[in-house]
Amino acid sequence: MAEGTQQHPLKIYFFVWTLLFVLSAFSYGVDYLQFEGYLRWSLIILFMLLKAGFICAIFMHMFWERLPIIFAILCPCCAILVFVFIMWNESYYTLLIRKLFFMITGS
Amino acid sequence: MEQSTESVQVTIPPNKGMVSDWASDQKAFKGVPWGKAMMWIFLVSDTFVFSIFLISYMTVRFSTKAEWPNPSEVFALHVGHVSVPLLLIAIMTFILITSSGTMALAVKYGYEKNRKKCAILMFATAVFGASFVGMQAFEWTKLIMEGVRPWENPFGAPQFGSIFFMVTGFHGTHVTIGVIFLFIMARKAWRGDFDTGRRGFFTSQKSNYEAVEIMGLYWHFVDLVWVFIFAFFYLW
Repeated sequence: MAEGTQQHPLKIYFFVWTLLFVLSAFSYGVDYLQFEGYLRWSLIILFMLLKAGFICAIFMHMFWERLPIIFAILCPCCAILVFVFIMWNESYYTLLIRKLFFMITGS
Repeated sequence: MEQSTESVQVTIPPNKGMVSDWASDQKAFKGVPWGKAMMWIFLVSDTFVFSIFLISYMTVRFSTKAEWPNPSEVFALHVGHVSVPLLLIAIMTFILITSSGTMALAVKYGYEKNRKKCAILMFATAVFGASFVGMQAFEWTKLIMEGVRPWENPFGAPQFGSIFFMVTGFHGTHVTIGVIFLFIMARKAWRGDFDTGRRGFFTSQKSNYEAVEIMGLYWHFVDLVWVFIFAFFYLW
């Protein structure tokens, strides 16, 4: 086999394909059934991560790659989570300052 | 390794070699063609671009005093007299997943050097992608007619418009570029460039089926980004 070629049975692609359809239907269902609050947010995140994971692992073949490239791709992405955390705090600070400003100026 | 045409072989996950490969001479990413490694590096940088968009969306949504518009109502479509929430967005999501599936199969047949199936499936992927862009154009038109602008909208917080146009616009651009490349790749595959190793017009490198897998990575990434946009922008 040439360098980097992989062969996988059709079955796994159809399985993941179907699974992605089902998960998308579920995440649409979250909105259609009007779930609210923590139930809604946790279900959205759960279905999102499952879909992203299956696309990445099977469709993008990351599951069959060697560890060095997997880490080279996934490790930098952890920095994003740090940035999310920073900006999450920052946004509440901005909101607080805004509220104070509007309170003082009376607008 | 012996290549069998009868039964399809499954590669055993070679997810090992963390220290030995990194410490080895010349090449850290063993078994990864350079084009594929470069595409992955591009995708990581693109991940950062889209994360920054989504993080800025989170920041403005949390820090605005005005009520955020309910996307479930903003993006609802009327079927007869019934208002169905997020109908168009749901259809777009299913179309993008369908296209991802056809692309995955195109990559599979690319590995097997099945010229016709590979070309047809890539063409199908391009057509699904084009219909996605068409629906996005329809959605933009609908919202612009309703008075949504990057600086104001009739539903609530003015930041909604700017985030909507920026995030979906940038994603739509990616889809459009992907569609153009898919048509080019489908034509190349159909003509047999990957079998004959014909030199590319632009790069003058010999073509081979690795290009299909690299195209696939890009296309799946576009689908991956939509998963996040769908979750955070449309559903949240």
